[in-house]
Amino acid sequence: MYRLLNIELHKLKHSRSSKILIITYFVLLTSIALVAAIKFDIGPIQFHLAEMGIFNFPYVWHFNSYISALFKLFLAIVIVSMMSNEYSNKTLKQNLIDGLSKKEFILSKFYTVVLLSLASTIFLFIVSLILGLIFSSYTELSIIFSDLEYLIAFFIKLVGFFSFCLFLGILVKRSAFALGFLFVWQFVEGIIFGVLRWNTNPDIASTIMQFFPLNAMSNLIKEPFTRLSAVQSVANQIGEKFNFDYAIHWYEIAIVVGWTALFIFLSYLLLKKRDL
Amino acid sequence: MDSILTISNLTKKFGYLTAVNDLSFTINKGNVYGILGPNGSGKSTTLGIVLNVVNKTSGDFKWFDGNTTTHDALKKVGAIIERPNFYPYMTAEQNLKLVCKIKGVNESKIEEKLEIVGLLERKDSKFSTYSLGMKQRLAIASALLNDPEILILDEPTNGLDPQGIHQIREIIKKIASEGTTILLASHLLDEVEKVCSHVVVLRKGVNLYSGRVDEMISSHGFFELKCNDMEALVKVLENLPYFGNIKVTEQLVTAFLNEPLKSETLNTLLFEKGIVLTHLVQRKESLEEQFLTLTNNQ
Repeated sequence: MYRLLNIELHKLKHSRSSKILIITYFVLLTSIALVAAIKFDIGPIQFHLAEMGIFNFPYVWHFNSYISALFKLFLAIVIVSMMSNEYSNKTLKQNLIDGLSKKEFILSKFYTVVLLSLASTIFLFIVSLILGLIFSSYTELSIIFSDLEYLIAFFIKLVGFFSFCLFLGILVKRSAFALGFLFVWQFVEGIIFGVLRWNTNPDIASTIMQFFPLNAMSNLIKEPFTRLSAVQSVANQIGEKFNFDYAIHWYEIAIVVGWTALFIFLSYLLLKKRDL
Repeated sequence: MDSILTISNLTKKFGYLTAVNDLSFTINKGNVYGILGPNGSGKSTTLGIVLNVVNKTSGDFKWFDGNTTTHDALKKVGAIIERPNFYPYMTAEQNLKLVCKIKGVNESKIEEKLEIVGLLERKDSKFSTYSLGMKQRLAIASALLNDPEILILDEPTNGLDPQGIHQIREIIKKIASEGTTILLASHLLDEVEKVCSHVVVLRKGVNLYSGRVDEMISSHGFFELKCNDMEALVKVLENLPYFGNIKVTEQLVTAFLNEPLKSETLNTLLFEKGIVLTHLVQRKESLEEQFLTLTNNQ
């Protein structure tokens, strides 16, 4: 496993564009901290976002993993191009001739995906922990380390999404088209949802939609904004009451893990069936 | 003799097109093999199959004693297919380091192999800045990294200028002289004739001949003759037992031998029959003529 990871990291390490994108991604992850600096001070209206409780433990885990997941597109570009460039440079062929098996080739890519996701998760954990320790109102250990399942969901979500990118890279063989396909797919899921909602009812529609890959991934971490006490108190004042289910359910994780396995298996199958 | 590669009844179909048709041959250690065939005869497809990048339709092949998986066997093989494929953004040395990691060999060989192909000074230049000849030489260096038991070269001089072709051939000869088995696919006959001891001739995926290069030229050669009375000459030749086919053009009689005959014997014989030759040349068919006969007649 170390050998396969080492091979793939060697390819990434010497590619300038991949390096820039990966660094940008981690810088952006850090930039969540900048939210803390959002502060309005207009006469009587004083507004300091960090003081509104967004960095309170354990809410900070939910909020930060939701926001951080938005930046995954940067790594997606790296992953799609690390796959499709192997086709356009014909280095895939050379790798196989040099003695890498097709299985090892896919595994080396998959390990890299897992490593990048793991690195993001650890990074997110550290950034959130620091932000929380600075701004949170509660700093008891038991509270700090509750709701950590959001980080697990974040990790699963990234692995699933990147595996999808990997699969698209192999399927389409060109990075620009593969990324285009990703957007089109997002769009297609949106349309299917719309059609289902129109023909049945919202409940049935979302029950079916939870099985679609991108929807399953976004279901993992629900939007955190309505959970914020400040938002809820405003809602209460205008007579609304939010009653959403923010928890992460085992079946949601199972669906995404299922898709991940399927994407990797399909990538292997495609590679095996194709003549180079 | 140790066999390195055994191909038996290998077939590859691309839709309706049969690229390789029931092909069988064996490659033994220590020889230099050529696969000869016109463009599109299935050379590259055959190599692609044994190198694990093209899926076979039927038949079988085995590397070494047949107990190693293909991808493990390939770690003991050095191969270059058609075009040199490397990561354009990496330098020569970085590319070779990657190959070392894939093959699981020590990186200490890199400088030595770059020296062999004459690229040591350019090892820190990016691959994208290399000329085609340099790329091809880097590919050879990369194929040599694991001190392979067999070196497979597919059209290694394709698209190179005369100097480039010469450099590559010198490198191949040098490697062959050190005892490495070489399999060279080419449509260039003189290349195969100069370098190889054994040859497999393909046409439309069918094996037309496989064996030693000198045995392929199996005929006893032919005489080119001229004299002042051509008709008399032909008559005499037809009555001699040595000749099969006799071709007559306006200026030249070409007589193909059925059995060995020395030129002085023929000359004496003809002189005794009253024929004085003005032109006598004994020749063997070149590989090219033999190849064209083989590929056209069948």
